[in-house]
Amino acid sequence: MSETVRRRGRVGYLLLLPALLWLGVFFVIPFYSLMATSLYDPGGSDFRGYRMAWAWGNYSEVVHAYWPELVRSLVYGAVATLLCLVLGYVLAYAIAFKAGRWKNLMLVLVVAPFFTSFLIRTLSWKLILADDGFVVNTLQAAHLLGADGRLLATPVAVIAGLTYNFLPYMVLPLYASLDKIDHLLIEASGDLYANPFVGFFKVTWPLSLPGVVSGTLLTFIPAAGDFINVKLLGSPNQRMIGNVIESQFTDANNYPAAAALSVVLMAIIVAIVLVYVRRAGTEELL
Amino acid sequence: MSQVADTVEATAETGEEFDGLRLRGVTKDFATFTAVDDLDLDVPRGSFFALLGPSGCGKTTTLRMVAGLETPTSGTITLAGQDITHDRPYRRPVNTVFQSYALFPHLDVFENVAFGLRRRRQRDVKGPVNEMLELVELTSQARKKPAQLSGGQQQRVALARALINKPEVLLLDEPLGALDLKLRRAMQLELKRIQTEVGLTFVHVTHDQEEAMTMADTVAVMNKGVIEQLGAPDQLYENPESTFVANFLGQSNLIEGRVRSRAADVVTVDMHGIDVSVPAARAHADGELGWVGIRPEKVLIGDEGEALDAPGNTIPGGVVTDVSFYGVSTQYLVRMPWGQELQVFEQNTGRRRLFRHGDRVELSWRPEYAFLLDHHQDASAGAQQGAEE
Repeated sequence: MSETVRRRGRVGYLLLLPALLWLGVFFVIPFYSLMATSLYDPGGSDFRGYRMAWAWGNYSEVVHAYWPELVRSLVYGAVATLLCLVLGYVLAYAIAFKAGRWKNLMLVLVVAPFFTSFLIRTLSWKLILADDGFVVNTLQAAHLLGADGRLLATPVAVIAGLTYNFLPYMVLPLYASLDKIDHLLIEASGDLYANPFVGFFKVTWPLSLPGVVSGTLLTFIPAAGDFINVKLLGSPNQRMIGNVIESQFTDANNYPAAAALSVVLMAIIVAIVLVYVRRAGTEELL
Repeated sequence: MSQVADTVEATAETGEEFDGLRLRGVTKDFATFTAVDDLDLDVPRGSFFALLGPSGCGKTTTLRMVAGLETPTSGTITLAGQDITHDRPYRRPVNTVFQSYALFPHLDVFENVAFGLRRRRQRDVKGPVNEMLELVELTSQARKKPAQLSGGQQQRVALARALINKPEVLLLDEPLGALDLKLRRAMQLELKRIQTEVGLTFVHVTHDQEEAMTMADTVAVMNKGVIEQLGAPDQLYENPESTFVANFLGQSNLIEGRVRSRAADVVTVDMHGIDVSVPAARAHADGELGWVGIRPEKVLIGDEGEALDAPGNTIPGGVVTDVSFYGVSTQYLVRMPWGQELQVFEQNTGRRRLFRHGDRVELSWRPEYAFLLDHHQDASAGAQQGAEE
């Protein structure tokens, strides 16, 4: 009998192997490499090579130098996520409860932008928000924007771009959550004296929380680390941490600084996610 | 609560006015069919009323219109004299126990039961909820989520959640359908007990004729969007007015006959050459032809020429073609001279002998048990649907 138990144990490990391999190749090794790079001697270069120096000072240096970009990334990411949530919830709600036979078509339309490159789509926003474009002209005519006011190279453009680009990542999990809600529960809340407004906040919203949590995470995490939207729609004044990391890697060739910033960003996001998920009471997601 | 008391006083002052639930000319058309067709219905206050019918007969649609979850195409619904036809569901003093319970999965038992009170901003919630949980014997489960409860417990939560609001009318949509037979029987008694205790009006929708008959004071048999017959369970069973009711509620032998004479109190029918009589009050057919109906347990079976305790209607020439022994009773199929097989149930009292396959017998019944139905109706209407349940 102990023989079969042992064999079963071995089979268990064998079945775990693909997952462990996957984790090893795609997470542990890159993460190790990133951590190691972040501790290299900052004096190294492509030309002279890098040396492991346990240079913890890299961290304090980058945080000291780039904390405004870090904070800005988190703020832009949070605002874009909030906008995505509001827009995405309305859309997902409409698809789940009101679309009827148009449901599948609407879902396809949500995903349709993915058929065009991310860069092309962001570039077309550059045209839409251009200084002599329709949107700016209209806003100027309505005196919502000064005569020399602009949208490009402002936080508005960057956040709009982030919101636009990550909206589908919000809509899909929200839809999945809302679509699962038994319509009878909403009828039951009406039967129990809840008007539609109260019924929404007491029944629909709490039951859609898993979708809200996964949607906001799927939006916030990439949005906070994004650099394309600032590059195409913003200016150096809107620099986010992704832009700093990118330029440290590609322009300054300062690999240790770039790696240290990446680790800091990762640590901050993990901390935020942990607190957030615990507060939302949906630990089963983790 | 005060709302209920107010309306009671109000109707007491106006005197004669009907203070129960009243439907007048209610019709509900869906795109392809009419679910409820010009329905009139009075449910007296405080009664246990059952809407009984096969699936698709319109009983659930009727219930949903009373709850406000569907809007009638035409007609009016009044409750204690007030027109509620177009009131939003959350404005009606009506609560529903849904077939699938529809308990809120994110709230625990206590909060599910408290939901209606909290929506109406009642100040004291804890007391009534605990009282209600006690009534349905779920006090120890108060902090559990619905998914952690058994089917019977979920059913009781659904009941408590609706009852606690003391609605003018409590609607029950096949509330016991998802339970197994034993639990269903127990819950039937429980529901009946609770209804008697709280004295509210219950409207119970079911396709289970036994459930309707054991629980309700008044049963309305529905078929194809209209009410076939309405009355006390024993009245419906003993004196059905249509073939559908005769077959859907229990079983009936329906034998073709030609009316020979109609007197003030008795109708004489020629049933394949044998004259039988039916009390005039139980004759529900005007034409020349009709269906003579008799319940299987009202038919006596005996040897040919045996003097049976049933003067009046005796039909000789039967042959036993099937015997099913159930212990408490025996069910015979007897082929009559005109080829039809009639059912006979006999209690196994021990005083009568068992007949065997092939025995020649004669059947008889007391005239006062027979009924006469319209020949235009399908003699098998409702039989299949009734037998399925």
